[in-house]
Amino acid sequence: MLPTPDTAHVPYSRVYEPAEDSFLLLDTLSSPSETAFLSTHFPSSSSSSSSSSSSPTILEIGPGSGVVLAFLTAHAATLFGRQDIFSLGIDINRFACAATATTVTIACSSSSSSSAGAAGAGKFLGTIQGDLTSCLRPQEIDVLVFNPPYVPTEELPSLPCTLRDDNDGQQQRTKTTFEEDSSLLALSYAGGKDGMEITDRVIDSLPTVLSRRGVAYLLLCAGNKPEEVKGRIRGMETGEDGERKWSAETVGTSGRQAGWEKLQIVRIWRE
Amino acid sequence: MKVLTLNFLTCAVRACKSSSDSFPLHPKDAELASDDVEVNPQLLVNLLPRLDWKALRTTSAELGFPQLPEQPPTIEELQADEKTLKDLHSLLMETNLMEGKLVCGHCGHEYAVREGIPNFLLPSHLV
Repeated sequence: MLPTPDTAHVPYSRVYEPAEDSFLLLDTLSSPSETAFLSTHFPSSSSSSSSSSSSPTILEIGPGSGVVLAFLTAHAATLFGRQDIFSLGIDINRFACAATATTVTIACSSSSSSSAGAAGAGKFLGTIQGDLTSCLRPQEIDVLVFNPPYVPTEELPSLPCTLRDDNDGQQQRTKTTFEEDSSLLALSYAGGKDGMEITDRVIDSLPTVLSRRGVAYLLLCAGNKPEEVKGRIRGMETGEDGERKWSAETVGTSGRQAGWEKLQIVRIWRE
Repeated sequence: MKVLTLNFLTCAVRACKSSSDSFPLHPKDAELASDDVEVNPQLLVNLLPRLDWKALRTTSAELGFPQLPEQPPTIEELQADEKTLKDLHSLLMETNLMEGKLVCGHCGHEYAVREGIPNFLLPSHLV
């Protein structure tokens, strides 16, 4: 089993602590079926039969503690069958951006100093404070991972002003009040109607953000009406490449309750 | 944030998306830091085909790095040309943008970079 990245340094009063959903992503992305899919989907020159494809980019939206992005980056050779991946995190919470950068850096350095030699860590580009995919060029992302704020809530939390003042010429404060910390945490779980208001924005951006070979892994809970979500994704416009339809399949589940999967990971790609 | 990331970023303002002036973003008052990374020609060869070379040349020049050739080198050229290999390795694999601003060439908006993390959240009047 691949080691779970160390997140002991993460300030959990204002950054989402790794939980069942995070671990389901780790388990799913390191399952034999997904590593086989990813290695075939992004063939490298070391695999004998196929020609090498260019280096894949990995984006996690809302990495929080960074546990998932660190896992993907540090174990690139095992998970993707190649080491030349470039990973990036975008989070609206500046504390999460800093935490993620530390988590990934620690995981990659401990991976490369382990007994297995260079152990196959990929390259970490860094973290960006931003609103979902708004700062990305189109068609640049090959693997997108999103553990969204999926809890159905009456309304979405508003952005604490600490998140914005950076660009208004004021010094960003490093101290936050209890209320600000609470709203930072709320941003990590509160999903509005059906828990889908943020996730829907990401789904709508997939045709633009993902490359032609792009794959997205999206976590959903039962309250998100996952069968409806998958149906909607399969019906998305294919754009210029009309022959390759959108696919959406459940590739990991956890927490069965009364016959329903509580959480699931949906893989989304063009086929 | 690695300088290489600039090849994947654009202005977050919706109205700038259709303008070619919004890419690449222009570093201003940039403070850089360098990591010591082992040279790996194959890594560069796998990376180059997916980069926007013209934008990379602009970024390289704006950060005061050596002029890159007009066309991206092939694997053979890269292995034969130690200088270009070193220049590209240094720019793409080792250089981080730590402090400064990223400026959109279309709307002029400046995104602050602090402690290696750029802030792309827009003030409410631009959202």
